[in-house]
Amino acid sequence: MSGGHSTYSPKTGIGRWIDARMPLPRLVHDSFVSYPVPRNLNYAYTFGGILSIMLVAQILTGVVLAMHYANDTTLAFQSVEKIMRDVNSGWLLRYMHSNGASFFFIAVYIHIMRGLYYGSYKAPRELLWILGCIIYLLMMATGFMGYVLPWGQMSFWGATVITGFFTAIPLVGEWVQQLLLGGFAVDNPTLNRFFALHYLLPFMIAGVVVLHVWALHVTGQTNPTGIEVKSKTDTVAFTPYATIKDGFAMVVFLAVFAYFIFYIPNFLGHPDNYIQADSLKTPAHIVPEWYYLPFYAILRAITFNIGPIDSKLGGVLAMFGSIAVLFVVPWLDTSKVRSAVYRPWYKLFFWLFVINAIFLGWLGSRPAEGAYVIMSQLATLYYFAFFLVIMPVLGLIETPRRLPNSITEAVLEKNKSGSAHPAGATAAPETRG
Amino acid sequence: MKKILNGLAVIGFLLVGSAGVAVAAEEANHAAEPTHFPIHKPKEMDWTFAGPFGTFDKGQLQRGLKIYKEVCSACHSMNLVAFRTLEDLGYSEAQVKAFAAEYEVQDGPNGDGEMFTRKALPGDHFPSPFPNSAAAAAANGGAAPPDFSLIAKARGVERGFPTFVFDIFTMYASNGPDYIHALLTGYDEQPPAGMEIAEGTHYNPFFVGGKSLAMAKPLSDGQVTYEDGSPETVEQYSRDVSAFLMWAAEPHLEARKQTGFAVMIFLVLFAGLVYATKRKVWANVAH
Repeated sequence: MSGGHSTYSPKTGIGRWIDARMPLPRLVHDSFVSYPVPRNLNYAYTFGGILSIMLVAQILTGVVLAMHYANDTTLAFQSVEKIMRDVNSGWLLRYMHSNGASFFFIAVYIHIMRGLYYGSYKAPRELLWILGCIIYLLMMATGFMGYVLPWGQMSFWGATVITGFFTAIPLVGEWVQQLLLGGFAVDNPTLNRFFALHYLLPFMIAGVVVLHVWALHVTGQTNPTGIEVKSKTDTVAFTPYATIKDGFAMVVFLAVFAYFIFYIPNFLGHPDNYIQADSLKTPAHIVPEWYYLPFYAILRAITFNIGPIDSKLGGVLAMFGSIAVLFVVPWLDTSKVRSAVYRPWYKLFFWLFVINAIFLGWLGSRPAEGAYVIMSQLATLYYFAFFLVIMPVLGLIETPRRLPNSITEAVLEKNKSGSAHPAGATAAPETRG
Repeated sequence: MKKILNGLAVIGFLLVGSAGVAVAAEEANHAAEPTHFPIHKPKEMDWTFAGPFGTFDKGQLQRGLKIYKEVCSACHSMNLVAFRTLEDLGYSEAQVKAFAAEYEVQDGPNGDGEMFTRKALPGDHFPSPFPNSAAAAAANGGAAPPDFSLIAKARGVERGFPTFVFDIFTMYASNGPDYIHALLTGYDEQPPAGMEIAEGTHYNPFFVGGKSLAMAKPLSDGQVTYEDGSPETVEQYSRDVSAFLMWAAEPHLEARKQTGFAVMIFLVLFAGLVYATKRKVWANVAH
């Protein structure tokens, strides 16, 4: 697919017959078997594959859960408990699905951080990156609406708070909010449309994932050196090399996932969501799911008016801005060097960014009072400064380390110093029988 | 360049540090009249159902059911739990049938269009002590007593950093039963001198919603008779009913942990095999 010559040659008569009419096996072969990948990919590059199995797992468990779920405010909570108590293996399906959402986000955050670290967004992969950002936005919408469906206290009040953001938008805000809610407050119409959208959006995600993978297969993968593939010795075939490595990472990831499902299934949830929604009882602290907490902290960090923008609108703009800024990252980074491996200062600021993002997440779980507000403001400042100041400026003033000439050279250098592989083992796989 | 960056880093750390000091100072100010609840964190208990191989103690669940039936159910419903599931507690089908028959439930309408009451069957759920939540609220000073079906998962005191990180590795998932036990045994402590307790409420430093709650101390020593010789103390009652409520909230807990063990063994072995294959595949390729 990357413009290369297809190596697929069907061996059977049926294979040739199909290939002449609808060459789907050829597409699969060229994309997932003979497709060349850089030979130096590390385990940070396995999260794309992990994310695709998580998407499939969420859709499969979700479809079965939907067969037992009752989409009505008077029944929703009880129907989820019926799944937990009476449906065969219902508890397993539901814990897989609720923890699956969390693990989907864990994987996507590592995947995004990998992209930021190795400069995966830089030309010619801008569209690949933007498609990824769109998937992430769709995931956030899907996750939020899914959390509303069990109709617990946090479902209801989370929905109330988050849809309330839209009222901050001038002129059309109220209208947008009422459109989302299907009324003036979170109620049965809200639940109905959220369920419909929660069932729809994953298939839209799957669609954008196809585009994402397509774009990936046109440009090819980046790699830890950030140097483009130059010769055949720089790459190995997707199968068996990448498949087996991705496979191992998937099994390890699934083991951690299973640990949460079977031993601490409610660790990532909030106890209040086991209380049925009550529009007359506001929980002491309304907190979204953990994976939105950094953005929630940014929202609440804006406690002051900026000119004509009041603090409420300012918070909403900052929150949406914190995601919108990701879309323009390819044009904010001015560095000629792609990978952080050769950018000592960027590496430092990147890790500070990761720590800062986790810190923002913790702040999002704290009440917005006292010193937490000041800390949130400082952390928000760094979040935006990383993208809007550090990325453009650092690219111009930083002196990168010497780059190797090719992936093969980098690999050979690494092995010479580490001498982890026996002599003669560095021959490119293509030269072996 | 390096100096500027170091300077910025120092300023950053100072700001975060001073903010932390400010938080600590603020918390110290409120020590006299608490603003963060519960006043005391619940004690971590040893539960038979904790850990990777945890199972319910059936004798304990039976005692807990007795406490629920004789004490709690006067005010608290448990409307998601069906009588048939009580077989999990070690009762026979006939015993469950007899147990259910002690309750009356409304059914109907019959052929004449009349609603009628009948003895409960194993398929019925525990009936509520009040006809509706408004009646429950009216009889209890304006707030309906919470339903008990999920209470052991719907309550839990925040663990705080860094404890919640350790909880992942220790598999701590007993927030609910620890909280229930702490609350039920926490009524005897007297409020500090000078603390005002609103009329009609009862001081309990383990209550998560404030310094006092509407429910009076529900259990006292010797209140419920145990036939198996277990101590008839508030401490024992509280443990038994907490364990029972954990079962009520998570009836498939044992199946979950048993399935989990098989799944974990499979995944670890499979990971080992895939890793060995990966080593073999990559053996001749430097990477």
